[in-house]
Amino acid sequence: MTIKGKAFIAGIFEHPTRKADDKTLAQLHAEVAKGALDDAGLGIRDVDAYFCAGDAPGRGVLSMVDYLGLKVRHVDGTDSGGTSYLIHMGHAAEAIAAGKCKVALITLAGRPRSEGQATGTAPRAATSDTPEGSFEYPYGPATANMYALCAQRHIYEYGTTSEQLAWVKVAASHHAQHNPHAMLRDVVTVEDVVNSPMIADPLHRLDCCVISDGGGAIVMTTPEIAKSLKRPRVKLIGQGEAIKHPMGGKVDLTYSAAVWSGPVAFAEAGVKPADMKYASIYDSFTITVVMQLEDLGFCEKGKGGRFVADGNLISGVGKLPFNTDGGGLCSNHPANRGGLTKVLEAVRQLRGEAHPKVQVKNCDLALAHGTGGTLSSRHGGSTVIMERE
Amino acid sequence: MAMAQDRKIPAPTPNLETQAFWDAAAQGKLVVKSCTACKELHHYPRALCPHCFSDKTEWKQMSGKGKIYSYTVMRRAPVPYAIAYVTLDEGVTMLTNIVDCDLDKLTIGQAVSVVFKPTDGGPPMPMFKPA
Repeated sequence: MTIKGKAFIAGIFEHPTRKADDKTLAQLHAEVAKGALDDAGLGIRDVDAYFCAGDAPGRGVLSMVDYLGLKVRHVDGTDSGGTSYLIHMGHAAEAIAAGKCKVALITLAGRPRSEGQATGTAPRAATSDTPEGSFEYPYGPATANMYALCAQRHIYEYGTTSEQLAWVKVAASHHAQHNPHAMLRDVVTVEDVVNSPMIADPLHRLDCCVISDGGGAIVMTTPEIAKSLKRPRVKLIGQGEAIKHPMGGKVDLTYSAAVWSGPVAFAEAGVKPADMKYASIYDSFTITVVMQLEDLGFCEKGKGGRFVADGNLISGVGKLPFNTDGGGLCSNHPANRGGLTKVLEAVRQLRGEAHPKVQVKNCDLALAHGTGGTLSSRHGGSTVIMERE
Repeated sequence: MAMAQDRKIPAPTPNLETQAFWDAAAQGKLVVKSCTACKELHHYPRALCPHCFSDKTEWKQMSGKGKIYSYTVMRRAPVPYAIAYVTLDEGVTMLTNIVDCDLDKLTIGQAVSVVFKPTDGGPPMPMFKPA
């Protein structure tokens, strides 16, 4: 069985807030759910499947199905960090194709900024029964330094430079200037990035994504219901997911889970990386983008630095327009999880609803990829490929 | 020069699967789990081998020598520190800290040797210093 063309993205919504100190976490989930259902032209009573991940409060699907007042016949609380929602999309499509549900709602929300989290720099303690906990936490693994380990090895193996990494941020900032909701709207230069304070060598402050509140939601449905709605039709044609980890001590930091999730998604969709008109690539850090572009096949392994240089990711300028909303590097990173918002901008591009200054012409085929967890230890990767009908 | 300073190291929590590792650490020995079925080493230690899923695993003492596979210096911390993956000469790679070093002089491929650093109320952690 394939999910190709079996499920459509009927509604999307991105919360405009970047600092939600006046709202609860559950409320943010409800507001994005309402927004996505309104966008689709559907109501809360139409929802018969619900998906959420570790950012949801309480006991996940139990608490949220109750809070939202849903009656569902399919749930999935898969959590693999920031890529969870791209996995949910694949699972929702499978459930829709199997007749288990007709309208699937996926929500993400968080308020790390209001809560004052030092997201990237403070090591997070594992619970005492986490098997790897005692062999990692005492060494001070924070998000920034654990991604930096991949960047250092990439530089060592392939001659990648800080200036090349900086181009990822430069491209994101060119897009963010047109997004009124983006946290950082100033266009920056390569010099700005490499001269910003060092966080964890070789990652500077501007190599790191923002810390923001907010959220987003996706509504998926059957081809029949999608055809009855008034919105442009965008369908899921391929999805892949994988988990990469330190492999019992056979550590290789040169690639991510995208080497496994990407080929599965492309094969299911029957398309190639070169066919993509637009790509949303998870940008927790600049290095994340470079490695995922290589692993997804947009360029050869080790040539990601050269691929992103000189504005190649800038819409209207380069060969591969990416993250045209400004992405996590400039716009938002709700709940410290950037996967779902990657899908939202890809859908806007496919609908022709991105900002006119960054809209890709005739954008009929797009990819979104997420990496959740920790790039140099254990992380999930999920690739979704979508087509405008 | 940016000499690594001692920082307060959180205590690990030994459990039924890992007690022997921490007992060895307390004696200044670095041990790693080895599988008698597939002959592979693995780390962190498990009861069942993650390479072949055999339950015939045993502890092996390591030489304590290795090379830096990758490292970074966490600058934005109360006390800057180097976190790294070190590949032991025996072939297994582990997350660790590089200590007793100039934080600005570390390199990938650099030879290092194990040293045990006290933790905040628990057994010592294996870390590495330039060889």
